[in-house]
Amino acid sequence: MNDKKEVLLKIRDLRIEANTDVNRWDEIVHGVDITLHKGEVLGLIGESGAGKSTIGLAAMGFTRDGCRISGGTVEFDGMELSNMPKPQLRKLRGARIAYVAQSAAASFNPSHRIIDQHTESPLQHSLGTRLENEADAKELYRKLQLPNPDEIGFRYPHQVSGGQLQRAMTAMAMACRPDLIIFDEPTTALDVTTQIEVLAAIRNIVEQFDTAAIYITHDLAVVAQMADTIKVLLKGNEVEEADTQTMLDSPKDDYTKSLWSVREFKREQKPAPAASDTPVVSVKNIDASYDGQINILHDVSFDLHRGRTVAVVGESGSGKSTTARVITGLLPPSAGTIEFNGEPLPPRHTDRSKEQLRNVQMIYQMADTALNPKQTIGEIIGRPAEFYEGLSGSQLRRRVNELLDMIELEPDTYYRRLPSELSGGQKQRIGIARALAAKPEFIICDEVTSALDQLVAEGILRLLDRLQSELDLAYMFITHDLATVRSIADHVVVMQYGRVVEQGPKDEMFRPPHDPYTDLLLSSVPEMDPDWLTKLLESRGEDGLKAAGN
Amino acid sequence: MNDLVAIVVKRLGFGLVTLLAVSIIIFGAVELLPGDLAQAVLGQGATEETVRELRAQLGLDRSPPERYLAWLGGVFQGDFGQSLASKKDVASLIGPRFSNTLFLALYAAAIAVPLAMFLGIAAALYRNSWFDRATNVGTLTAISSPEFFVGYILILFLAIKNPWFPALSNVTPDMAFTERLNRLFLPAMTMVLVVTAHMMRMTRAAIINLLASPYIEMARLKGVPQYKVIVKHALPNAWAPIINVVALNLAYLITGVVLVEVVFVYPGIGQLLVDSVTKRDFPVVQACCLIFAATYILLNLAADVGAIVSNPRLRHRK
Repeated sequence: MNDKKEVLLKIRDLRIEANTDVNRWDEIVHGVDITLHKGEVLGLIGESGAGKSTIGLAAMGFTRDGCRISGGTVEFDGMELSNMPKPQLRKLRGARIAYVAQSAAASFNPSHRIIDQHTESPLQHSLGTRLENEADAKELYRKLQLPNPDEIGFRYPHQVSGGQLQRAMTAMAMACRPDLIIFDEPTTALDVTTQIEVLAAIRNIVEQFDTAAIYITHDLAVVAQMADTIKVLLKGNEVEEADTQTMLDSPKDDYTKSLWSVREFKREQKPAPAASDTPVVSVKNIDASYDGQINILHDVSFDLHRGRTVAVVGESGSGKSTTARVITGLLPPSAGTIEFNGEPLPPRHTDRSKEQLRNVQMIYQMADTALNPKQTIGEIIGRPAEFYEGLSGSQLRRRVNELLDMIELEPDTYYRRLPSELSGGQKQRIGIARALAAKPEFIICDEVTSALDQLVAEGILRLLDRLQSELDLAYMFITHDLATVRSIADHVVVMQYGRVVEQGPKDEMFRPPHDPYTDLLLSSVPEMDPDWLTKLLESRGEDGLKAAGN
Repeated sequence: MNDLVAIVVKRLGFGLVTLLAVSIIIFGAVELLPGDLAQAVLGQGATEETVRELRAQLGLDRSPPERYLAWLGGVFQGDFGQSLASKKDVASLIGPRFSNTLFLALYAAAIAVPLAMFLGIAAALYRNSWFDRATNVGTLTAISSPEFFVGYILILFLAIKNPWFPALSNVTPDMAFTERLNRLFLPAMTMVLVVTAHMMRMTRAAIINLLASPYIEMARLKGVPQYKVIVKHALPNAWAPIINVVALNLAYLITGVVLVEVVFVYPGIGQLLVDSVTKRDFPVVQACCLIFAATYILLNLAADVGAIVSNPRLRHRK
């Protein structure tokens, strides 16, 4: 069917270089070809550093500062973009090719109303008057099922939720009815339930206006819903391309197969602890508040046992991280207690003994910001060993080497390195080693894999699993990703609006009947079936989508 | 908006407390100055009795805390006391001088602020071009030279070699506005040269800082021309740091004019301060210092309010 349609975008042997050092240019995209027909959706997938965004932007004739197109051709509707003068390019951008960015919150200018940013592009390209464009914006908001479409555009970006803002940005891209839209990870920053509405909205509007699109993502299940064709990229090279169904059913390349298999990692659920066992940590009827007035947590209770993993799941704002803050003593609860091996812990971390402090350790989401960039790996890991164990000199060095061995990093190579010399996954391993250095009985893992690529994330999960069985650790795993829960949890706690909605052993939790909210969460996780979104929307109907939006 | 009023009231309160603390420091510092006024006024030949009499007459025989409280009480009623040297009311002495200083400051600010903004925006727009470099070098040279030097250079070239502007800025209260502008041109230009660099560089830096933001990239990808990207998308988010630097420089225009006023013999508050220090005219010195401190506090408050008003998150609550 594509043969009948006109070719809209033809990229041949595209090469892009990045300025890595003074006067040094390294090639980061090594000759990629793309052929896109009118009204067709191409999915670009790959891990971070694969060059997806760079290629997407190059399709607009745009390169970020410090990058340049060094070879190949980018032909849009018969025009060559790679050497087109800037004023001419500006006439195309926004008007015929539009862009939807990953974070709508960061990509809307905080100083202007949403609708003023929406009408900017059509006014710039002399398409109609302000009033006409405002009317059109409202119409698009209505089509994208934004609440109060006549009024929402007159708000400032910070007054609108993330999912709504992402839809408003899709509307903005549609403002000039472009022929091509580049979607650059438009749902990555959203909760699963919000992601559904945005995906549905994008798909509808792209179909309605017969717009061609390049959909960039690292999430296979998402791309399966959106794209007609999928292209897999690895380190600036094309791995393979095929239509969506073929790609899902029979990927040819080993790399593609490895991407597909990530979601299959699953650990067996361990048997429930004996009723007589004292939990390592017991959270009892916790209420907490940041300002002393509005309660963020309401009567939260759950137990964490030796050698077991409790996954705490929920959307952003559900109180997962606040619960972690209460357990660590950073936020004293307004009611309830935290017990450690049956003994109550002082509510404030400043009142806790060294022994109590060492036993509760944390691993953070952003390894980048959680490691001091000026300290070497040896210092970062050595500090807690020195503080809690009183080690120094060769003893300390031996302990750090032992810890580096545990996280599968070669001690002599990494001891003197700085965090900036490590990859994202390696940094997260250092975060784990730092937590282990205190010899804790209990570790809180706060979204430890959500900033990582799937393959790397899987490595971290396997490592944590191995360490748990070797050291008999109790984990509290905070996550919004149900695939992670499925692979590593023994016990699941579902939170919403600061309350525990439902909890139980993993196998029971993934089997119906569920609490309605758990059901909504579970059914919102995209599956690797191209028809999944269609079926889901049908089964939910209008009400289901609304429930997801609230 | 109520939040804003609350913040302003709170900051004004803090400002008053700061001013009180500053008044103690000023009084203490003046107290520490060596020498004795009565002795200075009466000269070497005075007898001990006449000196003692004059001290009693001026109230200098009371203890410092007593005199501080008496002075503070007067200030709260708008009475800054009497000049010891001229016996005139301090308020009437300072009034015309202060309005002269304000006039010069406003004159300089009216040129310097728009100029600095324009240069800063243009330098950000054409960054790393010859224009950017020339502006940077030019403004930096101006700020690195002491202001009396800049003043004399201007006099040399614009008043002596080319007699276009008067070298002396003696003004009278009944002088016409345009004549006043002409007389004050050279001191105003000196001030402009001194304060522009700082404001221009901050404007440039604040804008360039934002150019890597996703919303700037978004604007570019919408086909918005570069100058609009800078003026419409970057500048509104760069106001907070810019306003702060502008306020700081405005305060400097009022409080840092001493040298310039001396060079151009302009009857402003700076000259009055210098004269009063040499004459040990404590009430005048104290009043001048208090006015300077109040200027700083008020302008900083204005900068804070400006920064809040420029932030849409604070202006438009959820």
